[in-house]
Amino acid sequence: MNGALHEVGAVQEAGHAAGCADAPVLRQRGQREVFCGLTGIVWLHRKIQDAFFLVVGSRTCAHLIQSAAGVMIFAEPRFATAIIEERDLAGLADANDELDSVVGRLIARRPEIKLLFLVGSCPSEVIKLDLSRAAQRLSRSLAPAVRVLSYSGSGIETTFTQGEDACLAALVADLPTTRARRLLVVGALADVVEDQFRRLFAAIGIADVDFLPPRRAADLPAVGAGTMFLLAQPFLADTARALESRGATRIAAPFPLGAEGTTLWLRAAAEAFGIAPARLREATGIAEHRARTALARHKAMLAGKRIFFFPDSQLEVPLARFLARELGMRPVEVGTPYLHRAHLAEELALLPAGPLLSEGQDVDRQLDRCRAARPDLTVCGLGLANPLEAEGLATKWSIELLFTPIQGYEQAGDLADLFARPLVRRLKLAV
Amino acid sequence: MQLTLWTYEGPPHVGAMRVATAMRNVHYVLHAPQGDTYADLLFTMIERRDRRPPVTYTTFQARDLGGDTAGLFQQACRDAYERFRPEVLLVGASCTAELLQDDPGGLAAAVGLPVPVIPLELPSYQRKENWGAAETFYRLVRALAQPAAGTARARPRCNLLGPVALGFRHRDDVAAVTALLDRLGADVHVTAPLGASPADLATLADADCNIVLYPEIAATAAQWLGRSFGMPCVTLPPIGVSATRDFIAEVARVLGLDPAPVLADPGTRAPWYARSVDSTYLTGKRVFVFGDATHAIAAARIATAELGLSLVGLGTYSRELARDVRAAANAYGVEPLITDDYLDVEKAIIAAQPELVLGSQMERHVAKRLGIPCAVISAPVHVQDFPARFSPQMGFEGADVIFDTWVHPLMMGLEEHLLSMFRDDFEFNDSAAPSHIAAAPAPATLAWAAEAEQELKKIPFFVRGKARRNTETFAQSRGLSLITVEALYDAKAHFAR
Repeated sequence: MNGALHEVGAVQEAGHAAGCADAPVLRQRGQREVFCGLTGIVWLHRKIQDAFFLVVGSRTCAHLIQSAAGVMIFAEPRFATAIIEERDLAGLADANDELDSVVGRLIARRPEIKLLFLVGSCPSEVIKLDLSRAAQRLSRSLAPAVRVLSYSGSGIETTFTQGEDACLAALVADLPTTRARRLLVVGALADVVEDQFRRLFAAIGIADVDFLPPRRAADLPAVGAGTMFLLAQPFLADTARALESRGATRIAAPFPLGAEGTTLWLRAAAEAFGIAPARLREATGIAEHRARTALARHKAMLAGKRIFFFPDSQLEVPLARFLARELGMRPVEVGTPYLHRAHLAEELALLPAGPLLSEGQDVDRQLDRCRAARPDLTVCGLGLANPLEAEGLATKWSIELLFTPIQGYEQAGDLADLFARPLVRRLKLAV
Repeated sequence: MQLTLWTYEGPPHVGAMRVATAMRNVHYVLHAPQGDTYADLLFTMIERRDRRPPVTYTTFQARDLGGDTAGLFQQACRDAYERFRPEVLLVGASCTAELLQDDPGGLAAAVGLPVPVIPLELPSYQRKENWGAAETFYRLVRALAQPAAGTARARPRCNLLGPVALGFRHRDDVAAVTALLDRLGADVHVTAPLGASPADLATLADADCNIVLYPEIAATAAQWLGRSFGMPCVTLPPIGVSATRDFIAEVARVLGLDPAPVLADPGTRAPWYARSVDSTYLTGKRVFVFGDATHAIAAARIATAELGLSLVGLGTYSRELARDVRAAANAYGVEPLITDDYLDVEKAIIAAQPELVLGSQMERHVAKRLGIPCAVISAPVHVQDFPARFSPQMGFEGADVIFDTWVHPLMMGLEEHLLSMFRDDFEFNDSAAPSHIAAAPAPATLAWAAEAEQELKKIPFFVRGKARRNTETFAQSRGLSLITVEALYDAKAHFAR
C-alpha cells in the first residue's frame, strides 16, 4: 500500500510542473465519516443573528446538532428540530398542519425572529415533505414580520459544509435586484474577519462591498448584472450557480487562507475592479508582512512534516496549498468530499505536485492508507481523532477549522498554530 | 411533530451502539445515510474511547434511493464481516433507512455469513435511546444465552447486567459493586454488556443470580433470563448508603450468604459526615431532582434520608419507568414531572425555587443560568462525567463520592454563618474584590481609538481581558499613546506563540 502511494506521487512529481491541476483523482465510495449539511446550522445561526433554523427531521437530527455543537446551552438556541413522529408518517396533509402549528408556536415564543429557515433532513426528503411549498405558505401567513425560506441539509444530499451552500443558495433567490457595480463576498466569515476585509477593500479602493450571509436578515445585499462576487469559502457551488443565474459574475481566485492566499484573493478582486497593482501593494503590504512574520514562527515546527487530510469540509485543497507553500509541509493525501474543479482551479495550480488527491470516502480503506503512510499529522473529524491518536498518530480536528476565524492576514498565524499545536504538544508531554 | 430544542435521549439506534461499543467481538451494520456517523464522536470524544465504535454505516445517498439500497446493505455486511471478523453481527436501520423498508434482518440472513446475525427492530419514530439499548441487549441475550452447564463452585456467582458505553459512571460502578460482592463472598460471573463477548453471554445461565444495575437497560433481558432459566434477580441499584444496605441484604438472601460482616463494617464516611455539626446547615435545604429514573429515585432517597434536605421536585425523562418515579414522587408528596422537554424542566425548577439542583448536564446548564448550585447525577453525559479518578456512584464508596459531589457546590455551613454576620459590610460584599488580589493598578495614560475598542469587542469575552492587557503592554513598550486597530493586530502578532 505504501509502495503504491509513493508510486503515484513519483509519477505526478515527474509529470506535472503546474501543481496538481491535472493530477488524477482517486474516487471512492463507501462509508463516509463526515457530518451531514445540518451541522452548518451551528455556525450559520451565530452569523445571521435574527434567523432561526427549524430542522424538520427525526430525533437523530436533533441529537446530531446538539452533539456537533457540544452540549452548550448558553441561551435558548436559535435552532430546533420539529421531530417527525409515527402519526406524521401516516399522511402528508397531516404533516403540513403539524408543521404550521409548530412554526406558529415557535414564532409566538420568539418574536425577535425575522428569518426562518425550514431545513430539510433525510427523513423529510424520503417522505417527500415539500418544504419549499411549506415555506411559501408560511411566508404568506407570517409576512411581513417573518420571511420563511427552505433548504435541505440532509445527509443523502449534502456533506457538512454543503449545508451552508444550500442555505446561501436559498437566500440568493430572495435577494433584491440591483444594476450597480458592487463586490459581493460570499460565504460565512467571522464578524471580525469580515470587518478586516471590509477595511482592506476600502483601502484598496473598493468601497461598495456586501457580504453574504448578512448579519441581520434585513440587510440582504442586492444582486444583479453589475455584481462581481468573490467566494470566501470553497464549498459554495450551488450558491455560485444561483448568483450567476441572477447575472452576477464570479471572480476566480484562490481562497483567503494564509498570507499568499489572502493577497491573491484580494488581488483578484482588485483586478476585476481595475485597481492598479501599486495601490493594492500599498494597502496590503503591512498586513501581509505581519502575516508572514507570524507564519515564520511556526515554520520550524511544520516544515518538512507530512500531512494527511481525511475529507471533511472541502477546505482541504486550499489548506494543503497554504501548508505546503507557506509552511513547507508535505501533503501525502488530500481527501475532500467533493472536488469542484472550476472553483479550485487556482488552488490546484498552486498546490505542489505530489499528494494523492482523493474525492469521496471509503473510511476503512482510507484508514489503511493513512496507517501505511504514517503521516506526522492527520487532519480528520472527531470520530477518528482519538482512535488515531491512540495508534500513535498526531491529529488535528477538522471541525475547528470551521468554528475558528482562519481567513485573512491577521488570522494566518492562528491558522498555522492550529496545525503546529498538536505537534508542539507531543514534544511537551513526557507521560 | 414535536418541537425539540435539546434532547435527553438520542434515537434508539444510538442505544444499540452503546451496547455494541461496550461489548467485545460484536459488530453492528447500520443502514443509514451519511451524517449518522456523528454518533461515533459521542464515544471517541465524550468517553475518550481509544477506538471507533464497531459500527459500519451503509452511507446511502439520494441517488441510491431509486436503485439498489438493499444491495448496498448486503455489501456492507460482507465487507464488515471480512474486515472485523465479529462473533456476532447486529443489523438494523436508522430513522431514514426505516422509511426505505429494506428489511436489514432478511437481507443479512440472505448473505449467509458464518456467524449469527441478530436483526434489531428499533422504531425510530416511537422509541428512544435507552429503549434501544434495552431491546438490543435483550435480543443479544435471547439469541445467545444457553441453559446452565451446572458446574459446582466454592462461591456463588452473579451476573452484573446493564453497564454500557456512555453510561453515567458505569465503568466505576462495576468495579465498586464487584468489590462489594467480593467482600460479601460472591464472585462476578459475567458483566454485560460492558466488556462481555458473545461467548460470555452464552454462559449467563451458569450464574446463581442476575444483578440489574441499570433497569433502563437490563430489566428486559433479566426478566427473560428469569423466565427461561429460573434465575433469580436483584433489582435494587445500590446508590446511597441505605440502598447499598438493602442491596447487600437482598443479594445475601438470594445467594444464602451472611450479610452481617459487611453491614457491620461498611467503611463509609458519609453517614458520620451527615451527622457532624457542620452539616446542620443542610437541614431542609430545597433540592430539585431530575434524571433517568434509576438515578433520580436514588437521589431523592439520599437527599431526604441521608442528607436531611427537603425534596421540592422529582422527575424523569424515562417514560418507560415513569410509573416508578410517580410512585416515589407521591411518597415524598411532590408532583412528579415526566417529560423530555427541557423547557418544562426549566419551568419546574424556576417554580420550585430550589437551593440545589441534582440533574443531568441539561439541568446543570439551567441551574448555572439561574445561579443555583448543581450536581450531576445522571446521563445524558458530558466529557466531565468521565473523570480520570475512580468515582463510582454505587456501593459505600459511591455514597462517599456522592456526599462530596453534592455538598461541594453548596456554601459550607460556617461560610453561610459568616455571610449573614458580615452582610452589608463595607469591605466584605459581592462587589468588593477579594483582599488577596491586589487592587487594580491605576489606568495608564493610554487611549484606545474608538475603532480599536470596537475591534476588541469582537474578540471572545474569555480572552478579551488578556488581549487588552497584551495590547496595552505592547503599546507602552513601543511608546504609543493611542491604540489603533493596527496596533491591536501588531500586538496580536507580537504575542502569538
